[in-house]
Amino acid sequence: MISWRRLWAVCNKEFKQLARDRGTIAMIIGIPVLELLMFGYAINNDVRHLPAVVLDQSQSAFSRHLTEDVAATQIVDFVASVATIEELDSLIRSGQVSVGLFIPADAQRRSQQPDRRVAQLIVDGTDPVIAGVVAQLQAMPLGLRSHDWLREKNNSFELRIYYNPEKRSAVNIVPGLIGLILTMTMVLFTAIAIVREKEHGTLELLIATPVSVLELLMGKVLPYILIGLIQASLVLGLGYWVFNVPVSGSLLDVYLATSLFIAASLMLGLVISTVAESQFQAMQMTIFVFMPSILLSGFMFPFAGMPVAAQWVAEVLPLTHFLRIIRGIVLRGASLGEMLTEMLILLGFTVIMLTIAALRFNKRLD
Amino acid sequence: MQAIKVRNLSRQFGSVTAVDSLDLDISVGQVYGFLGPNGCGKSTTIRMLCGLLKPSAGEVNILGLSIPEQAEALKLKTGYMTQSYSLYRDLNVVENLNFMAEIYSLSGRNKRLRIEELITRYQLGDIRHQISGSLSGGQRQRLSLAAAVIHKPPLLLLDEPTSAVDPQSRRDFWESLFELVEQGTTILVSTHFMDEAERCHKLAILDRGKKVADDSPKNLMRDINAHVVEVHTDSVASAQDVLQCLPEIKGVTQLGLSLRVLVDRQVDQAEDFIRQTLTSHQLTAVATQVKANLEDVFVVATMSQPSGSR
Ligand SMILES: Nc1ncnc2c1ncn2[C@@H]1O[C@H](COP(=O)(O)OP(=O)(O)O)[C@@H](O)[C@H]1O
Ligand SMILES: [Mg+2]
Repeated sequence: MISWRRLWAVCNKEFKQLARDRGTIAMIIGIPVLELLMFGYAINNDVRHLPAVVLDQSQSAFSRHLTEDVAATQIVDFVASVATIEELDSLIRSGQVSVGLFIPADAQRRSQQPDRRVAQLIVDGTDPVIAGVVAQLQAMPLGLRSHDWLREKNNSFELRIYYNPEKRSAVNIVPGLIGLILTMTMVLFTAIAIVREKEHGTLELLIATPVSVLELLMGKVLPYILIGLIQASLVLGLGYWVFNVPVSGSLLDVYLATSLFIAASLMLGLVISTVAESQFQAMQMTIFVFMPSILLSGFMFPFAGMPVAAQWVAEVLPLTHFLRIIRGIVLRGASLGEMLTEMLILLGFTVIMLTIAALRFNKRLD
Repeated sequence: MQAIKVRNLSRQFGSVTAVDSLDLDISVGQVYGFLGPNGCGKSTTIRMLCGLLKPSAGEVNILGLSIPEQAEALKLKTGYMTQSYSLYRDLNVVENLNFMAEIYSLSGRNKRLRIEELITRYQLGDIRHQISGSLSGGQRQRLSLAAAVIHKPPLLLLDEPTSAVDPQSRRDFWESLFELVEQGTTILVSTHFMDEAERCHKLAILDRGKKVADDSPKNLMRDINAHVVEVHTDSVASAQDVLQCLPEIKGVTQLGLSLRVLVDRQVDQAEDFIRQTLTSHQLTAVATQVKANLEDVFVVATMSQPSGSR
């Protein structure tokens, strides 16, 4: 039996404490804003304007056209021109350029022969993203100015990209960030909210009162659902205004799914709080959950590309399921009904975690 | 009528026995004191009585409830002051009282009236909107007591409530306790101050988890197992050295220029015994037998344990 008055008393107290805790308030607002701006602007797999060097041994009209064609893609900017292959190597090794274009003396003759390559692209492969982008140049239709017939040879498929035709990373990042930020803040806040009472000794008095385990746990958790929804709104709003990411599906669905995910994260925080003895330990354990969430959930790397073992770990993380739901709703306009399985998994996770927390948390000191 | 009845209560922490086969009988309407040095098991006992720690062995019956099985029912009837300040430091006085009132299901007019009553009674009016973390020791203690009695519990468990408080606040605090006792409250209070212990109706002296004395302070002082002799001598230090080595002497304490000596009760003429002993060591002394005080009782009680090394 839950006494709503006691539950409210705990909630209300938590709100008052939160309102006086400037650091936490700064975190609630600051983390979503900063992360969104950082991820939105900095992470961009669609790389352009790589510094490049050209080594032109042909010195012909053909080679100048070829260089211009490559430059016209905007993938590379030619910042230097060298005469020897040693100079080119040295520029790449020192990191001054990422790409070298080597045009041999017989380039024009080679272009007449279908089985021979016209020129060579030398790429600094230390960043695979850059290497991948430059690899696109390999398939570049050489023909705007140099050779018309090559164009047909290269485009065997017509490619159509759904939902994010410009391939802007912000579109993928914004809904993912909602999940990432909630994982970080919600788990940490609840874990700390209870461990702090242990550390300050206030828990000893609290458990000597008639407040029940469920009233105590729920009362501590409920205020953060509201906080979490505020954070989600902040990310969605900024995503819309700054990065032009609209919500394709229903906003109600977004908030329902987000609430469920917040609940799941909060319950995970509760479980951590029953294990951790100090706020520092709670922080460590949160990071322990946070790292795989970032790396394996599909936020950073596509889920399908991960080894099976990693996929199994990922399936246990609530963020994995939330990302599928939220990307579905926000980007593809899916409805909650189409995401029912994922929702049920999140719900199951929440219930299991609450049960574990309630069983582990007893109103005793030993 | 019995408020607390404890039999054979023990608690182990690993290999440490914090409380060892404790028996307690506490009547309703008493101030019952736990006197003992740090680490003797006062807090552990009180926590077991609250149901916050599970006993390793023994039976506890409080206000007719069997603990720890019925601990939740007991929590409605007890007020608890923890050893260290345990209200919210980032909430102000009224907010803390308000929270505790709601936790004990007070609401509306009843709640407001009760809080105002407590604010008046415990002189919290001037600091009602002050954040409790910035209160002085005495103010915190008054607030903690107000919070502990907010639901008018018949039993109060107070764990060293006066250890961080100035002497005047301590006296005021004890006045408040007697006021509560007059209204029928039973109070169990732990302390390491002799003057406070002396004000209790009954007193248990704890030493390394064991109860070594249990009676009213008056009876304890009357029945002390030693003669108390005050010794005035020219060379206090030498006299102390001589006396300490004797098996008949249970304790020697220097008080300024005199010594307070506890002599075994078996010795017939304690004054003569001391004088003669000191004379044989070329020391002249004046010895006068005086009445025992509670500190003497404490020293005798805590040394007479077989394992004692004090
Ligand atoms: N949670 C605990 N874990 C291990 N040992 C404990 C714990 N609580 C108390 N003790 C030990 O039990 C003994 C009694 O402690 P305590 O009851 O706090 O004494 P007091 O309150 O009289 O100072 C001490 O030796 C203390 O170290
Ligand atoms: Mg103690």
